[in-house]
Amino acid sequence: MKRVITTTVINQSGVLNRVTGLLMKRQFNIESITVGHTEQPGISKMTFVVHVEDQRKLEQLLKQLQKQIDVLKVNDISDKAIVTRELALIKVLSPPAVRSEITSIIEPFRATVIDMSKNVITVQVTGDPEKVEAFIDLVRPYGIKEMTRTGATAFVRENQKTPSQQLSIL
Amino acid sequence: MSVQVNTKQAEALGGDVEKQAVQGADIFIQSLQNEGVEMIFGYPGGAVLPIYDALYKNPIPHILARHEQGAIHAAEGYARVSGKTGVVIATSGPGATNLVTGIADAMMDSLPLVVFTGQVASAVIGTDAFQEADIVGITQPITKHNYQVKDVNDLPRIIHEAFHIASTGRPGPVLVDIPKNVSNEIFTMAEVKQTEVNLPGYQPTTTPNFLQIQKVAQAIQKAKKPLVLAGAGVLHAKAAEDLTAFIEQTKIPVTNTLLGLGTIHGEHPQFLGMAGMHGTYAANMAICECDLLINFGARFDDRLTGNLEHFAPNAQVIHIDIDPAEIGKNVPTDIPIVADAKEAIQALLKLGISTEGIEQWTAHLNEMKEEYPLHYKNEEEGILPQEAIEMIHKHTRGDAIVTTDVGQHQMWTAQYYKFNHPDHWVTSGGLGTMGFGFPAAIGAQLAKPKETVVAITGDGGFQMTLQELSLLQESQIPVKVIILNNQCLGMVRQWQQTFYQERYSESLMPSQPDFVKLAEAYDIEGYKVTSLNEADAVFEKALNSNKPVLIDCRVKQIENVYPMVAPGKGLHEMLGVKP
Repeated sequence: MKRVITTTVINQSGVLNRVTGLLMKRQFNIESITVGHTEQPGISKMTFVVHVEDQRKLEQLLKQLQKQIDVLKVNDISDKAIVTRELALIKVLSPPAVRSEITSIIEPFRATVIDMSKNVITVQVTGDPEKVEAFIDLVRPYGIKEMTRTGATAFVRENQKTPSQQLSIL
Repeated sequence: MSVQVNTKQAEALGGDVEKQAVQGADIFIQSLQNEGVEMIFGYPGGAVLPIYDALYKNPIPHILARHEQGAIHAAEGYARVSGKTGVVIATSGPGATNLVTGIADAMMDSLPLVVFTGQVASAVIGTDAFQEADIVGITQPITKHNYQVKDVNDLPRIIHEAFHIASTGRPGPVLVDIPKNVSNEIFTMAEVKQTEVNLPGYQPTTTPNFLQIQKVAQAIQKAKKPLVLAGAGVLHAKAAEDLTAFIEQTKIPVTNTLLGLGTIHGEHPQFLGMAGMHGTYAANMAICECDLLINFGARFDDRLTGNLEHFAPNAQVIHIDIDPAEIGKNVPTDIPIVADAKEAIQALLKLGISTEGIEQWTAHLNEMKEEYPLHYKNEEEGILPQEAIEMIHKHTRGDAIVTTDVGQHQMWTAQYYKFNHPDHWVTSGGLGTMGFGFPAAIGAQLAKPKETVVAITGDGGFQMTLQELSLLQESQIPVKVIILNNQCLGMVRQWQQTFYQERYSESLMPSQPDFVKLAEAYDIEGYKVTSLNEADAVFEKALNSNKPVLIDCRVKQIENVYPMVAPGKGLHEMLGVKP
């Protein structure tokens, strides 16, 4: 199962290595990982998307991460209301004949053209990974020359939906 | 002690002479003194010369091994027996990489070590400079934590944190890599003060949750077939006495993991012997049949559990461990408790728990103990390794500190030496390191100079670190080295015999050095024994001597460790239970 996990870490050289090394040693396959500063100085946050087999493996992953001395907090946010964003840069072949067609695809996705040459346009798309995926699928037939994705970064929404209470007929 | 003020350096810095201006290396020594370090195991080299120079000025006893691996295994032995943190120094590059085996070993067996490695100067780090190795990168997966010191002003804090991390929670090795320029650098802080440790990401839980403890009490009262499994966590927590009090209060039978031997007196009536791959029949059957398994500080290693599908199939499992990541890792747990073993056992003791109606169960286990004891048969001349171990036990009355490597001799020692004390068993359990036992014995002897220390090794393992004989002779460390010499890699040979149709690929070593002459070359008493009578006389003399002795004890080659749970099998499928 795919899980989205965030960790708050002390921003020290080698921390990323420590965390990814741990995942490698324990045979977890990382789909994506993003790291960046937080609002607090010296503290960074990592978001990673990982495939784990089952609940026990997941528990083990969280505990092992928590054990690291530079890791302050570990959260599995997959089951919460979360905001997830990813950025992809895509170079699409766009000879003048199909260019307007491509731009018409870009629009609904609120993607932006950020570079253009004679036969190629570079598009930037942001959104949750599914949206990015959908966009890529749409432009793929035109020919993707090059693509790079940042991987997802995420956190929980300020307001979590509380499950509605079951109404009893009585 | 106060650090000597190097006035010239202070003047050169334009600083005022009154203020302390000392080198990083001096700060290093002072920090170790602040930590109460009694001795250092190490080996000098280019990148740690400033440190060794500072050590010359302000000595802390230093044990000069002949190989860095010897130094670190000695530090492990010291740590295990003294309960204090072992300290190791090695130089950069090859010095540091020679420590890797010992670091991994200490990690697997949760031994507190602080390992200092020299590093090339900061300016050339990353240039593949002479004797440069990325030891921080190399040891990241095999240390509890590691550091590279970038600024001399961080040195006191880092050292203090390193000792704190190594010795608290689940103990383990911490590595501190110090570039040469940092140990040379001038430190201008007024005083090296021990500051409070501030590690928000490291807050080990030692006190058990009371509700969970109550659940344990209820489970024990309900159980008809309870069993205690005690691991090394009990020893690290120095809770052996509490555990004995607990099992005597509750009358619950008890078994040990390999590393947990010594938590219970080897001849305690409630003790079933060691469990696991080469455990006793009674202990393994107790695990198979129990309805409540109370694990204190063992991590359910695969050598203990055998095939997990058949492990304690009828039992409710209670797991008490200081490391939350161990709970539920291998065996699903019904009542998890994150705590220090001592605190957990004391909390249980306070509840005054008693068991009811378990007499049938204990009687059944005692019957199995009687009916299926460990056995061996010697009908010919010569010595069986089991006999040798029993003889060592006899002559030391079970009071010696015993160290081993990995393999057949280790298993026979675990089976036939009945340990009376909690800090007298030093073995490489988790990593299974050949060459561990002999240097570990040196460290153990230095920790407890008055005890008899016996290093039981195989002829294979001994040859991996035998250069430390120099150390024995030089410091007159009275370790007794007993080589159970079967001229082969016994456990490898046993597996080849059992699982590889007797194809003894590269496991036989017919050509061995003359170990007695070797001992003589190092100016150590050496004996070779080939018969039981000879062995009896020599062991008696050697084990009561206060000098280092080496005994080449020739034992039969074709002798296997039984009983055995074959790999992949369940504990109920033991081989060689009956003669």
